[in-house]
Amino acid sequence: MMLSLLIAVPLLGALVVALLPRSEDGRTARYVAVGVSILTLVMSLLLLREFDLEVGGYQLTEQHEWIGAFGVHWALGVNGIGLTMIFLTTVLTPIVLAASWNDKADDPGRTNAYFAWLLALEALAIGVFAATDVFVFYVLFEATLIPLYFLIGGHGTGRRSYAAVKFLIYNLLGGLLMLASIVGLYVLSTQQGGPSFLRADLAGLDMSATTERLLFLGFFIAFAIKAPMWPLHTWLPDAAASATPGTNVMMVSVIDKLGTFGMIIWCLELFPSASEWAAPVVLVLAVVSILYGALLAIGQADLRRLVAMTSVSHFGFIILGVFAFTSTSMAGSVLYMFNHGLTTALLFLVVGMMIARRGSGLIADYGGVQKVAPVLSGVLLLAGLASLSLPGLAPFVSEFLVLVGTFSRSIPLAAAATVGMVLAAVYILLMFQRTMTGPLNERTSTFRDLSPREVGALAPAIVLIIGLGFVPQPLLSVIDPAVDPVIATVGEGDPPQRAPLDLTQQTEGDHE
Amino acid sequence: MTEYITLSTLLFSIGAVGVLVRRNAIIVFMCVELMLNATNLAFVSFARQHGNLDGQVAAFFVMVVAAAEVTIGLAIIVSIYRTRRTTSVDDANLLKA
Amino acid sequence: MLDLSWLLIAIPLAGAALLLTWGKESDAFGHLIATACSAASFVLGAIMFVELLGRDAGDRSVTTSLGTWIDAGHFHVDFAFTFDTLSSLFVLLITGVGTLIHVYSIGYMAHDERRRRFFAYLNLFIAAMLCLVLAADYLVLFLGWEGVGLASYLLIGFWQHKPSAAAAAKKAFVINRVGDLGMALAIMTCFAWFGTSSIAVVNDQIDTVSGTVATALGLLLLWGACGKSAQFPLQAWLLDAMEGPTPVSALIHAATMVTAGVYLVVRSHDVFDASPTARGFVIAVGLITLLAGAWIGCTKDDIKKSLAGSTMSQIGYMMLAAGLGPAGYAFAIFHLLTHGFFKANMFLGAGSVMHGMNDDVDMRRYGALRSAMPITFYTFGIGYLAIIGFPGTSGFFSKDKIIEAALAHNVWVGIGALVGAGVTAFYMTRMMLMTFFGEKRWREQVHPHESPSVMTTPLIVLAALSLFAGVMALGSWIEEWLEPATGHAVHHDPPLPIIVITLIVLLVVAAGVALAWLAYGRQQPAAEAPADSEVSFFTRAGRAELYGNAINDALVVRPVTHLTRALVWGDGKIIDGLVTGSADRIGEISGELRKPQTGFVRSYALMVLGGALVVLLGLLAVTLA
Repeated sequence: MMLSLLIAVPLLGALVVALLPRSEDGRTARYVAVGVSILTLVMSLLLLREFDLEVGGYQLTEQHEWIGAFGVHWALGVNGIGLTMIFLTTVLTPIVLAASWNDKADDPGRTNAYFAWLLALEALAIGVFAATDVFVFYVLFEATLIPLYFLIGGHGTGRRSYAAVKFLIYNLLGGLLMLASIVGLYVLSTQQGGPSFLRADLAGLDMSATTERLLFLGFFIAFAIKAPMWPLHTWLPDAAASATPGTNVMMVSVIDKLGTFGMIIWCLELFPSASEWAAPVVLVLAVVSILYGALLAIGQADLRRLVAMTSVSHFGFIILGVFAFTSTSMAGSVLYMFNHGLTTALLFLVVGMMIARRGSGLIADYGGVQKVAPVLSGVLLLAGLASLSLPGLAPFVSEFLVLVGTFSRSIPLAAAATVGMVLAAVYILLMFQRTMTGPLNERTSTFRDLSPREVGALAPAIVLIIGLGFVPQPLLSVIDPAVDPVIATVGEGDPPQRAPLDLTQQTEGDHE
Repeated sequence: MTEYITLSTLLFSIGAVGVLVRRNAIIVFMCVELMLNATNLAFVSFARQHGNLDGQVAAFFVMVVAAAEVTIGLAIIVSIYRTRRTTSVDDANLLKA
Repeated sequence: MLDLSWLLIAIPLAGAALLLTWGKESDAFGHLIATACSAASFVLGAIMFVELLGRDAGDRSVTTSLGTWIDAGHFHVDFAFTFDTLSSLFVLLITGVGTLIHVYSIGYMAHDERRRRFFAYLNLFIAAMLCLVLAADYLVLFLGWEGVGLASYLLIGFWQHKPSAAAAAKKAFVINRVGDLGMALAIMTCFAWFGTSSIAVVNDQIDTVSGTVATALGLLLLWGACGKSAQFPLQAWLLDAMEGPTPVSALIHAATMVTAGVYLVVRSHDVFDASPTARGFVIAVGLITLLAGAWIGCTKDDIKKSLAGSTMSQIGYMMLAAGLGPAGYAFAIFHLLTHGFFKANMFLGAGSVMHGMNDDVDMRRYGALRSAMPITFYTFGIGYLAIIGFPGTSGFFSKDKIIEAALAHNVWVGIGALVGAGVTAFYMTRMMLMTFFGEKRWREQVHPHESPSVMTTPLIVLAALSLFAGVMALGSWIEEWLEPATGHAVHHDPPLPIIVITLIVLLVVAAGVALAWLAYGRQQPAAEAPADSEVSFFTRAGRAELYGNAINDALVVRPVTHLTRALVWGDGKIIDGLVTGSADRIGEISGELRKPQTGFVRSYALMVLGGALVVLLGLLAVTLA
């Protein structure tokens, strides 16, 4: 019941916030929303008490018949991977809500709706991470589009309706492909002993290689759009440039993770041999994403688009780690999802605070801010350094695990992905140089530094980013046991250590 | 028997052409009624031919529908006339692409 | 006490964290906290060093682990630190020189409103550098490696309101990242072949892998070292890095951080021992940088940039020595230590001169400063004697050894090193003469004065160290001391008796000094630098830093810029164009389909009739067929 409760609390919270009377300043809605999100966080931490790290596998499971005729169950359960992602969601939501405190200050009539949608998004995301019935997964996966559509289209800025429609249609398209695959799975399961959507039943289905590949593609394309992976990424910069910072965090840090999460939990586990079949192409696309996203980030003129493109690059790393099929890289990928969530949240929120002050998202409109707002620039630098994976900050651990795991599978791919590290330094430092250093211009000279509330809202993310950089083990010990079964299903298992004797032919000439 | 069917076809055709060529909504309406009654005639004829009551039932059914349709249709025509001072069907073309 | 390595790092780290989070209240005493942290680390380091001295030679290495850092899949890294003979010397150098520079900075940065932050960064640097030299695992080393890169970035760009400083900081970080690419790949290679990145294990087991792997690993490590130590071909950032405050240049870009590459090579000596090819590359890189740096040093009029060229050149010496294998490791470290003293001394001296000259760095506007700032002059002079290798000073011992070993290895390498020594004498004499001798070429309103004692005291201490650090070479103490860490030094006999080599070196140095005197002592240097068109190709190339920046621009920066622009264009027009284009096509098709919807009821009725007829005919066709 714990997981259902964890979904119900923010959902009910959203309902309450939506129905609250509209106050002058929207204060009540904010307090209730933050309160609900903190309650959810506490509850998610309580999950740990029930969760046995030693055992691994799916725990806290529950299963109730939903639509008997079709074999649909309301079935929930998490392994270490799902648990990590639920933590990410419950940790980020209070941060987002606290940082978005003034987002609707000029439009108090719609504060309730804004905060209610954010809470609803949290509830749906938790549901997707916890679902063990593919029907439930699909329904909730698609349902996340609704809050995001309204958050972008209704509460965004700029070309928000264009961005919202583009986001919706692009993701719906992927969702429909997945639906087709799910129908295929349903047909197969009906043929083989009664309809069922439960993961455990689906994993045991017999299917021909072609069927498996087609079904795999349906799922994979949906996830690749969500993640987003090159070349299916173009909805993200538009959506990011039009959404509020809070929406961006929920979208990129949490909802986009549904894509990479789905790849591990559904693609790899339901279609192991198709995953192996697709892996070479996916790996190359992932490396292209890394380099392409980084290069595009260098060329962006808008801060939010820049952060969105860095995410394309980072999602490339995550997908690379997943499809390298080593336990090291996959553990790295899952940790990367968490760390990227934190880092991107911090980046989006700080950038949002900058935009709120300056009224422009263009990098060229800033300059010299460091002098008048040292705390803000310090936080931006920290977030940037985390984004470029500086050792000592959380993302380094995950990025390095991904690279080191990939290296043992393929040296050229790992070497190419490592170039992303250099490009990351370029896009972050170039942005920092243009916005924060140099002489002040007349619009930035009145820049306010971060207020104590803003520092307080960001502080948890900062503490986590630094803390997990030095002590990643608490999270890794949750993730690690969940990764081994996945690696055991797919591929030939971990590549052996390159034995000292057969190396002459394995050494690549690409070191210099 | 053939005569009845011929008459029914004739009436139906007159109704269909009327609907297609006349602009006055009232006339169009009457033509629709004509078509409905033509089918009624066919129903009744076939009922007589086959010696069961199915066709008669269908004819009654059509009459009820026709009555309901007349009520709604006339109401629409009256309200269009009130706002537009015309009963031409071509003037009510707001639904065009 | 020897298991307290972590505390050495923790003290300055805590200092940095404290100063960065404490508000304005700590402005008044923040610098004292930072200096105290650095000094405390030095004291602890000294105690540990003494304790290490008291141990047997075979027992002089203590590894302590703080626990697991990363453990995922098959990857396992401990937070482990090794305090051994090699790292102990570095600890003393870093904290010792570091503390002196903290003290100096109290005076140098006295009027900077962000002084507290400056000291926080200095402490951060000390912590990261200590982490680098104490690490027992390549990944922990990498943590320090990037940490010093960060500190360097923050300190080069400390005066961020200057666009040039911000650009230089970014350049330094990015080029260092290119080097880190090699470093990261080296660690991955370690993991792939040895299953661990522990420095000790990798060096122990290097014999179990093929020579190709050892060479690859060596070259990757060298790649990393080139970035950090500003060696060819990743040297371009160091001269720009002089945008930072002078104490930073002294500490980071002369004495400690830039020597990390040498440390890395010496620390991984087994890898290089296993691969003569990799060693050959180390020698080549060292030799090229040695000569290139000296060349640049001869032509720069900016005192700091000239010194930076000299730093490159001297690190080239160390690299060269490290590439010589077991014969050279100890000398590389020895020269690294003495260089740390005399170069820090000279950078601080240059800072003291700039302090008195209203932050002017152009040597052509100096002249005759020896009477205006006597302490600076004498201490700088001692540094000068040390770097040119005047007999008896520390530089004499350390550089001489390297040239001897180089000659023993290969005559041409030895001659290259010898030429470098002559050029060093030339540019350093030029700097001395232009700064302290000759006539006043000061600008108006410049009133040179000696710096306060808080700045001159470190100068005096460093000058003394520059003078006397040669004692470490007495009785080959340094070689024996380092033996547990770098292996037994095997000396090959040089082609000539040692005393002859020494005499030749002295002769070459004297020639360099004499040439410089002819050019800059006998006649006054012009107060304005001659234009590029009037000077020889050598000067022009040196001023342009041997076109390193131009080459980088042409080969990397511009292509990447163009590529970026093209990709941004392509992303919008092609990839997103496909998306929006297909949406547009669908819109157009539906536009066509809308046309029959005329709004005329009668045409709809016709369509209904037509449709009904089609269905009817279809049915008929099906039934009849």
